[in-house]
This record gives sequence, structure tokens and C-alpha cells, in this order.
Amino acid sequence: MYENLETAENKENLKRVVIDPVSRVEGHGKVTLLLDEENKVKQARLHIVEFRGFERFIQGRPYWELPVLVQRLCGICPVSHHLAAAKAIDQLVGIDPENLPTSADKLRRLLHFGQVLQSHALHFFHLSSPDLLFGFESDISKRNVIAVLNEYPDLGLQGVKLRKYGQEVIRMISGKRVHGTGAIAGGMNKSLTKAERDYLLEDIDQVIEWSAGAVALIKKVHCSNLPYYDDFATIATNYLGLTKENGALELYHGGLRAKHANGDTIMDHVDYCKYNDYIHEEVRSWTYMKFPYLTALGQDQGWYRVGPLARVNNCDSIDTPLAEQARVEFKQHSSTGIMVHSTLAFHWARLIETLHCAESIKQLLNDPDIMGSDLVAQGEKRYEGIGVIEAPRGTLFHHYQVDENDIVTKANLIVSTTSNNMGMNESVRQVAAEYLSGQELTEPLLNNLEVAIRAYDPCLSCATHALGKMPLQLELVNAEGNIIDKLVKHSDGQIENVRK
Amino acid sequence: MTKPILIFGYGNLSRGDDALGPLLLEALEQKIDLSDIEILNDFQLQIEHALDLENRELVLFIDASVSCNTAFNFSKLEALRDKSYSTHAMSPSAVLQVYQSIKKQAPPASYLLSIQGLSFELGEKPTEQANNNLQLATQFAEDLLNNKNINFWNQQLQYDFS
Repeated sequence: MYENLETAENKENLKRVVIDPVSRVEGHGKVTLLLDEENKVKQARLHIVEFRGFERFIQGRPYWELPVLVQRLCGICPVSHHLAAAKAIDQLVGIDPENLPTSADKLRRLLHFGQVLQSHALHFFHLSSPDLLFGFESDISKRNVIAVLNEYPDLGLQGVKLRKYGQEVIRMISGKRVHGTGAIAGGMNKSLTKAERDYLLEDIDQVIEWSAGAVALIKKVHCSNLPYYDDFATIATNYLGLTKENGALELYHGGLRAKHANGDTIMDHVDYCKYNDYIHEEVRSWTYMKFPYLTALGQDQGWYRVGPLARVNNCDSIDTPLAEQARVEFKQHSSTGIMVHSTLAFHWARLIETLHCAESIKQLLNDPDIMGSDLVAQGEKRYEGIGVIEAPRGTLFHHYQVDENDIVTKANLIVSTTSNNMGMNESVRQVAAEYLSGQELTEPLLNNLEVAIRAYDPCLSCATHALGKMPLQLELVNAEGNIIDKLVKHSDGQIENVRK
Repeated sequence: MTKPILIFGYGNLSRGDDALGPLLLEALEQKIDLSDIEILNDFQLQIEHALDLENRELVLFIDASVSCNTAFNFSKLEALRDKSYSTHAMSPSAVLQVYQSIKKQAPPASYLLSIQGLSFELGEKPTEQANNNLQLATQFAEDLLNNKNINFWNQQLQYDFS
């Protein structure tokens, strides 16, 4: 059951704490803490078992199936996979991003803003706000969305409706809630009708107002306890993401930018089609998840974080006024005014992006191009295509090669949770080092580990929903494989201490 | 105009037996009169699906289940706070609870048709056993939807599923 520990010094002297799985992210993650003989945490491992098989799932299929097929990789952000695949297969039909018809480009952007809005709304209002509003140390039975709906009914309802609005944007553009066919090779399947556009315009001002309110709320919550929010699970890291040519925040298409923890630029305006020259994926024996790093900095120094915190840190500006104002305030809060490393600041950055999405949706809905009829372009067939977008959780890479029969012969995907793999491990290690005392596994420790992981909003389920199959478990295991302490968190939230 | 009966199937067509919910919807679409029935599907249930319950008289959720001990099972749902509040996917009872919290009223009469599933790996087709279960469950659902009243549905709770 327990594999050898391959990296730690004096591995024969380490104990293991296994937490399996992590609640309020998904049911298929577990955390292993490796302890030395003095019970100090030496290493943390977040195991995510569900990312295997992505490439195998895609290989052997005709490329034109991919925008629909890849949505089934993930029930949480299917539109992100849909658009990344569409960008990749654009190239297979000879269309580079700058040659995509204007209407198609804007419709895809609108679709993407809808997706990011609904995903961020779900994370904040449903998964994070119970912790943030009631406090991380409050009664665990209270920390759920129902309690939010009961005690903060207006806020809770806003979350539900923001989520619904984003879903409606997706439905209007792709025709369905799920398995839609909005994006196709070289363009889009349909544009918006005036009636569809007007329907979405009805609520957009309200959506912007709610999003702005959410930013104000998270700022207030964060700043009300700065020592905690700025220090908890905080790690100074490199950051990676797309930006526009002028350095502004970009979610759909741009160049790769990476920055050091001190804000210095590592690389900028890199064509993502050359990502293999800049990013290497390390494989480790104990997990299916790879560990990507920036080749220029090497394996030890080159790992990076992606997602809202990375994007807001990396960009020079945001091209919508309310979100830009929020970004400036966010940056001013950091001690240097340059980079914000607090892991809990993921929440703040996520809501700044939510506001940006809402503002951008309004801009696009008022742009007549989204009702245009020039939707598809065609060029010379190619045999390789790479699509990269900023998914809600971070940079998402889709890379395909096809044969002369248009069948995918090779696929490589780097999902954002993979890019954040090392960051999550480090955040978990830091929390465990602070909260694990002796050989006792405690509920506060478990809770704090979950809070750290949840800040990243990792996607661990990828569309399976066999709920309740696995309870949450923490095990303390010595180097001989003997369990010396065990906590079980049952599916009803009850925690049982099962000592051996 | 909202149709009074909602059938909500959920699952992923590309994850083996997880496809049973959407597949049952596809079968029903060919077999039943949809004039007063709305069919919806999604990968998984989430908070906003509570809004789909508005102005319904009867709701039927359909899902694959690893914990179902018989080919299929039919049960009545109650609004319930359960652990699924804290994941990216919610249980149908949790969705009813969200409805109750938002609307400040009891949710519509809601039922769950669970179909036994065995394997949920990405890229797999449904297992032979699951397909057999699907056929039996489809027949049962057809009967339900040909008798769209709460008394008949409640009587079916006594059905011998073994």
C-alpha cells in the first residue's frame, strides 16, 4: 500500500500522514505528510489520481470531434477544454488566432468570460464564502452554502444567480448547457441573435454590481485580519500566465509571461506554440500528476503557480475600469506593491477577475460583431496544433498531432491543477509544519490543510460524481508501514478517531 | 411557460457507467410524450439547478449509483444538508435544500431513480451489466411518466426492486 519515499533525506526515519480524500475540493485527492524522526514535516504530497488517461482518451479520434469530446474530461470547466481544443484545431485547418473571423473571436471570448464568471462565482459563494464569512475556526457544520443562504440570504442568492448567469451565457452561445458545439475548427457554429443578446443584456448591470460587491467583501474580509490572511500557507513563487501584447490581463489569447517572486520578468510575450522550449514536465514515481517547471530556472527553482493570483500578479493592468481599480488596490495591499504571495489572496484575485468578466461581457454584448455572420475561416491543412487559454484555475495547454486521415496520433495536455501541483504541495507542507503537533492528528490540522488546498480551487474530480464513496481519512504511518494514529471523516461530516 | 414535470439526468457520457443518467434521458426522449415534461441534463448537480425546480409539480432525478444494491432503485427525496455542499458536485437532496433556502418554501415533490453502475473510468463504455440495468430502469421510468401523478409515483416506492 505504501510506496517507498523517493526524495526525502533519511527516508527510513520518516513517518507518513495520509489524508484521503480532501473534502470541498473533490473526492479523489489525498494528502500524505512525510515526517522525520522528530515529527517535523519534511515533505507534503497531494495525490490526485484522476488526471491519468486524458491523452489516451483523445488519441485515435478525428480532430473535429475534439471540441465536444474534451468537454467530457471535466464536469467543472468543460468550456475551458472546449475552447483550448478549438484553438488547437484552428491551426489544424490552417487558421492562426489573428486570422479567426472577428465575430468568431468575440463570441469565443464572450463564451469564455461566461465560463470564468460562473466558475469563480461557484468557488467564492459556494465553496469559500462559508470559511471566509464564518471564520476558519467556526463550527464545521456551519461552514456550508446553506448556512450562508440562511444567514446572508442576499449574498447567497447573488452567488446562485451569478452562477446561473454565466451558465446562461454559455447556453446562449453554444446552444446547450453541456456538450455544446459553439466553437468549431476555424470559427464558431453560430452567432447570437438580437433576442439572445437582449436577453443577456437584461441582467448584466446587476451582475456587475454583485461582482463589485463581492470584491469589496473579500477585500474587507482579507484586510480585517491581515496577519492571518497574508501569512497562512503563503509561499513566494514564480507565476505564469498569458497577457495581452501591452501586458494587460488576458484570459483567451495572448503571450506567455512568467515572473519571479520579486516581480522580475523571466520571460515575456512568448508564443505559446513554443511552450515545449520553455516548460518541462517532470514525472515522479508516486503520482500520475506531472510537475511542470520553467526550463530556464531548472527543476528546483523553476516551478510556478498559475490561476487568478498568478494572472493578477503578472499583468500590468486590466482593461475594464472597475476591475483595474480593484487590481490597483490589491497590489497596494502588498508590502512591496509589486507581488502578492498570500495563498488566501487567490480568493481576492478570483473576484477581481469575476468583476473583469462581468464588465467584459457587457462590452461584448454591446458589440454588434457578436451578431455577425462571418464565422468560419479555412486555410491549409497542418499536422500539429496547440491551443492555450487561461482557464478559471489557470493556464491550460492542449497540443495535438494528427495524421493524413485527420486522426489524432499524439496529444499532450497540461491542466492548471497540474501547474499548481508543486505550489499546493508547498502550501500544504507549510500549513502542516505549523499545525501538526507531535503525533496527533487533529481536526484543526485537517481543516487548515483543506483551507490551503481549497484556495487554489483544484479540480480533482474531472466529471465523475460517485459521491460518498470514500470518507476523508488521515493516517499517521511510521517508516515500517504501521498506522499509529488515524482520523476518519465520514460523509456526513462526523470525525472519528480510530487509534490502532 | 415552465412545464410541470422535470426529468433531470446527470452524469458523463464518457465515463463508463456514469453515462447511465444521460442515456436514460436519450431513451425516454424516443418513447414518451414530452408536451408537459422538460428534460434537462448536466455533468453533475450544482447550486443553480435549484432554480430549475421552480414551478414544477413533479421532479425526477436520474443518476448512476455505485451504492445501489439492485439493478435500479426509486426513492423519494427530502431536502437535506449533507456533505455534498462542500464539493463541486451536489446530491439531489442538497439541491432541494438550496431551493428551500432560496424560495423559503418546500421544494416540489422530487424522486430519485438510481441505476446501479459499476465502473466509471474515463473513455470506457458502459458495462454490460449497467446496460441491462438501464433497460430495466427505462421501462420503470416509462411507467412513471405514463402515470404522471404523485399518488402513482408514491405507490411505486413499494416496488420490489430485487
